[in-house]
Amino acid sequence: MTLDWQVFLQDDGGGRTYLEWMFDAWGWTLSVAGSAWVVAMVSGCLMGILRTLPPDTRLNVWLARFANAWVELFRNIPVLVQIFLWYFVLPKIFPAMQQVPGFVLVVLGLGFFTSSRVAEMLRAGIQAMPRGQRYAAMAMGFTTWQTYRYVLLPIAFRTIWPPLTSESMNLLKNSSVAFAVSIAELTMYAMQVQEETSRGIEVYLAVTALYTVSAFAVNRVMALVERRMQVPGLVVAGNVGGGH
Amino acid sequence: MSALDFSFVDWDIFSKFVLKGMLFSVELTIVATLGGIVFGTLLALMRLSGNKVLELPAVVYVNGMRSIPLVMVILWFFLLIPFLIGRSIGAELSATITFVAFEAAYFSEIMRAGIQSIPRGQTMAGQALGMSYAQNMRLIVLPQAFRNMIPVLLTQTIILFQDTSLVYAIGAYDMLKGFVTGGKIYGRVEEMYILAALVYFVICFGLSALVRRLQARIAIIR
Repeated sequence: MTLDWQVFLQDDGGGRTYLEWMFDAWGWTLSVAGSAWVVAMVSGCLMGILRTLPPDTRLNVWLARFANAWVELFRNIPVLVQIFLWYFVLPKIFPAMQQVPGFVLVVLGLGFFTSSRVAEMLRAGIQAMPRGQRYAAMAMGFTTWQTYRYVLLPIAFRTIWPPLTSESMNLLKNSSVAFAVSIAELTMYAMQVQEETSRGIEVYLAVTALYTVSAFAVNRVMALVERRMQVPGLVVAGNVGGGH
Repeated sequence: MSALDFSFVDWDIFSKFVLKGMLFSVELTIVATLGGIVFGTLLALMRLSGNKVLELPAVVYVNGMRSIPLVMVILWFFLLIPFLIGRSIGAELSATITFVAFEAAYFSEIMRAGIQSIPRGQTMAGQALGMSYAQNMRLIVLPQAFRNMIPVLLTQTIILFQDTSLVYAIGAYDMLKGFVTGGKIYGRVEEMYILAALVYFVICFGLSALVRRLQARIAIIR
């Protein structure tokens, strides 16, 4: 077996080399994953907080139920099926959504899928804190919002940062399912160029390397943030989890 | 709201198209779980052996697998297996091999944590009784580690079941493919996507409810 790396210098028929196309595809992978990360963090944190609201008003109880249902819904359907639902089914039910670009639909699909895991982590992180923390905040006259903002969340985020790091890497890897709805990201690129050039091994090697580099970069960035926000003397527990 | 029409759905579609795929998805999940646990335990033992020659390949394998998207791993095996053995083996068998190899990496991390959760004193007590390494692992450490890890192992299995849908990439006939195939014949793919989501949801939700109950029981015993 001889590897022929020249394949990347060939023209893809549209005036750019396969190498240039690959970097375009890498850009798509990063932008899908990055945008979905923002969606996942915002909605996941919101849902995680709602799930831990004190059940002292009816509204809180219903908000917590809603957030629980949200998590179960997005956690128990395979991500590929969710992408199909966003891309094919919702625009059919709501014709107005046909104007929405596929990229946005995929970002929402991936983001909400990941949000269920973020919400689950944040809930566990908040509930792992001694109850006295919340009571102390109440005794100080903090509102619920202030309790979360100044007491619960700062600690909870530090606790969940390690699992959040691996979830962020999972999100990057999961962005590969966007191939199924023709987003021109790395996996799609790999499949297509493999077919066009029959140099599958070279193409797969390059794409795999880019995924590995990206996942490693995510890991380092998250580790940097973790170090930066470390509170001396505060020991946070690690977490064992599955997931891809 | 526009035209969703479920009137074409009947038992026939299920038995003709979906059932075959569902059986494959379940089979793939079971084989990959069992294979993943066996090879994953071996990988975990290699990593914990303290022997560099055993440790290094296990570390490279596990971290390598874990840094690549599953879809890419599926594509890799589908490309490489025919290349190595000189003939094509079909998408289903290729997917099965892929999932065992891929899940072994994830299960090994779970097993490693499980083995490390057993206090050193247990191993030492075994050694003091004159047990060999193999006896110690088989009779003392692994049974306890498995028990501690059962909820996480089952959760991983649920994720694995969801991930079987990714064999879509190489066209293997799994449950999702069964739904899509049936939908295409009637020209009602969107409806079938909804049904597929529903079936996946019911299965995964049911299983995770079971895991939660089991977890509660194990927690009391410990």
